[in-house]
Amino acid sequence: MDYEITLLTTMSISILFALALNFVTGLCGQISLGHAAFLGAGAYTSAMMTKASYPFLLTLPFAALTSGILGFFIGLCSLRVRHDFLAITTMGVGFLFVGVVRQQDFLGGEVGISGIPSPGFSRFGFLIFCLFLASLFAFFSLRIKKSWMGKVFESISDDEDVTRSLGINVSHYKIFAFVIGTSVAGIAGALYAHHLRFIGPDSFGFVESVSVLAMVIIGGVGSVWAVSITAAFLSVLPMVFQFVDDYKLLFYSALLFFMMRFSPEGLYGLVEKIKKNRKIKLAKDNKNEQKAS
Amino acid sequence: MSKKLLEIENITVRFGGVIAVNKVNFSLEKGELVGFIGPNGAGKTTLMKAITGMVEPQEGKILLNGQLLNDKPIHERINLGLSLAQQIVSPLNSFNCLDNVALACGKNKTKNIFKSLFINETAEEEKKAKELLEIVGLGDVWNEYPETLPLGYLKRLEVARALALDPLLLLLDEPLAGLNQKEASALGDLIVKLNEKGQTILLIEHNLKEVIRICKKIYVQDNGRSLAYGEALEVMKNEDVKRAYLGTNKDA
Repeated sequence: MDYEITLLTTMSISILFALALNFVTGLCGQISLGHAAFLGAGAYTSAMMTKASYPFLLTLPFAALTSGILGFFIGLCSLRVRHDFLAITTMGVGFLFVGVVRQQDFLGGEVGISGIPSPGFSRFGFLIFCLFLASLFAFFSLRIKKSWMGKVFESISDDEDVTRSLGINVSHYKIFAFVIGTSVAGIAGALYAHHLRFIGPDSFGFVESVSVLAMVIIGGVGSVWAVSITAAFLSVLPMVFQFVDDYKLLFYSALLFFMMRFSPEGLYGLVEKIKKNRKIKLAKDNKNEQKAS
Repeated sequence: MSKKLLEIENITVRFGGVIAVNKVNFSLEKGELVGFIGPNGAGKTTLMKAITGMVEPQEGKILLNGQLLNDKPIHERINLGLSLAQQIVSPLNSFNCLDNVALACGKNKTKNIFKSLFINETAEEEKKAKELLEIVGLGDVWNEYPETLPLGYLKRLEVARALALDPLLLLLDEPLAGLNQKEASALGDLIVKLNEKGQTILLIEHNLKEVIRICKKIYVQDNGRSLAYGEALEVMKNEDVKRAYLGTNKDA
């Protein structure tokens, strides 16, 4: 039973992390290729605090704050650079994070931080807590999608300049998306650190950023449900199949490649396309029947 | 009190060594429909972009309703009462026609980020958007996506979206470009109708026939400089304007 609980906890944390990226990339259309850095910032903040005997729950807002502040500055960058330039900038932030952490002895350097204290829950209790946070953010994302903010995000994702010409302060919305998306990644990081009880710089490298991006892209950017399901599936795959774990980057990159080649809107887009085609076909059939009669 | 809605004083826009707009002075009164013409490269679109804030002028002042627009970002200028229907149509492709216009109608809900987070209600904006789509003649395609519509429809969608912002001044940048005579004439009639309802409009256009037909006043610019401004037929008789458009025997 312990193994299943571990599996489900990993799944819940991945869902939360993927939804955090989905908030920035999926809802607001701002690419982030270094999202693992925000996961890492939260993880290190929380781990350092619990190691200094602060209660785990108290560390969560601080983890969110650290990542959120970093996200705020990346949000400022997004006002100046767009699209592929933003992708490169965020990728750079990811590398920078790992590079800086590696050199800091107080963060454990290359070795990382081990012996992170228990979060104070039973294993099952921790699973429920992770599931609760993932569900809470999923509902928050769905709520946002339905609101006027969701419409503005979609519009920014579509065309920033047009959105501006509709009297909308695009900068505020983009920074908000980054702050929320990175703060939640920070919380996911805190959960991650206390789930594994060990963190090192390699846990938050480029592979992790690509993996979470794969979850969002393959699921279908913007769709909360599709991203959650894909994140759940892809996060446990390396735990079930050893070869996926061995060739993680290759596996996720190949999935990304095929998805971009054959269905850039992800699995969600694929399902929607099939539904749309079916509707058009039905409408045509009805017309033909009416003509025949 | 001045009835002037838009005042442009000594505006100069340079791109490196090229002077696109050179010390231009121009004003527009409330309720007017003014045609803004000039040959290619006259700096019409640049001046329009300077008004909306897409281009920063190096010199001069732009005032809307007495308020200085210089140094204000685009969204603030829009919220002060400007709106622009662009030359190259740019609909939001992931929205259908109704939502394209409704988003602009919800200006007051999207102005404040925190307000936009807590409000879902769209009925009022959708109703207004439907009315605007009816006005521009897109009532029957309200649920179509822009990708599926021809240019003539998209030009009208652009106008509907600009109108949805309830502007004090509507800037139309070549709305008739790319349309056939019938479509251009229909859109021209619509522009007149909007003006008759009190909408102040500045219309940049190359289609001289339509501009002379629908605009009482015309402003002409050439090589970045003001050339003439006044009653449409009078302006077209102006020798400088003729020379700018047609050249002269001496030039030949």
